[in-house]
Amino acid sequence: MHEFGITESIISIVLGKAKEAQAHRISQINLVVGELSGFVSDCIQFYFDFLSKDDIAEGAVLNFELAPAQLRCQHCSTIFRPQDTSWACPECQSQDVEIAGGRELYVKSIEVE
Amino acid sequence: MKRIEVVQNILEANDSIAAQNQQLLNRNGVFAINIMAAPGAGKTSLILQTIAKLKDKLRIAVIEGDVASTLDSEKVRNEVADVVQINTRNMSESCTLIANMVGHALSRLPLGDIDLLLIENVGNLICPSEFALGEHKRVVISSLPEGDDKPAKYPVIFADADAVVINKLDFLPYVEFDIDSFQNALKGLNPKIEIFQVSCKTGAGIEDWCAWLLKELEANKHKAQTKK
Repeated sequence: MHEFGITESIISIVLGKAKEAQAHRISQINLVVGELSGFVSDCIQFYFDFLSKDDIAEGAVLNFELAPAQLRCQHCSTIFRPQDTSWACPECQSQDVEIAGGRELYVKSIEVE
Repeated sequence: MKRIEVVQNILEANDSIAAQNQQLLNRNGVFAINIMAAPGAGKTSLILQTIAKLKDKLRIAVIEGDVASTLDSEKVRNEVADVVQINTRNMSESCTLIANMVGHALSRLPLGDIDLLLIENVGNLICPSEFALGEHKRVVISSLPEGDDKPAKYPVIFADADAVVINKLDFLPYVEFDIDSFQNALKGLNPKIEIFQVSCKTGAGIEDWCAWLLKELEANKHKAQTKK
């Protein structure tokens, strides 16, 4: 449900960039979506198909690059991927961790003609 | 075919409106908190307890966010005059408040006459964490009947919170809830987090919660004044 607004934002960003480049068609949009971002790629695709009708982004392939969840241990600085619901450091077992990656949500690049 | 580098944050639009909302609040000396929780954890109850405790000291306003109904805003309207209800059912984002909804709500409030703005977000532990509204502090309520595994299941919203209110302490004899382990899990995600144990039913713990709110409100006022 909350992918509707961000899909509108994606379209606004890519149309702006395409216009700057004087492109007449956007063929591909490369997106980075973090594993912890709470946004679902299928929902973005669904809204994109609906919202991009009749503009130069219509028909563009959406390419989703998943940015994996990454945590940093506050005690030993180990960077690791969380295992299921356990966020303890695999090196020192500390539960003091911060999110180092996986919250990304950005348009990386577009391909235009 | 040509590739164009973009590298632009998709939430920039929301973040930018949130920043404008916060500037508007600061110009009017309003301290705002974003209250998030699962449905039924006690957001409205905490708001009502807060109003009861602080309405003689502060001018309070409330923004209520729900998918449907005015049930919450009706309860609150008995206690304070300035309440705006946002029903997200027919909006593009129904599962959370977003910055532009709050921006519109702010335009319907007499900001110059408000000290404390309580924003009750839509009941949800996932989506609200992604959308800044312009608040000064983020508060998550977690209640005893929901279980003590919420930080493990919904880490992002707890990692971002400035404070967590553990509500329904009156349930302690009836449910298995390891308060120490819950608090340790929270502090692991966010060492600076403030934690309050309350019962909105009995009023236990509300005084400490309100003391923190007052302290943060004053600190925010001081910060705004030193920037001038």
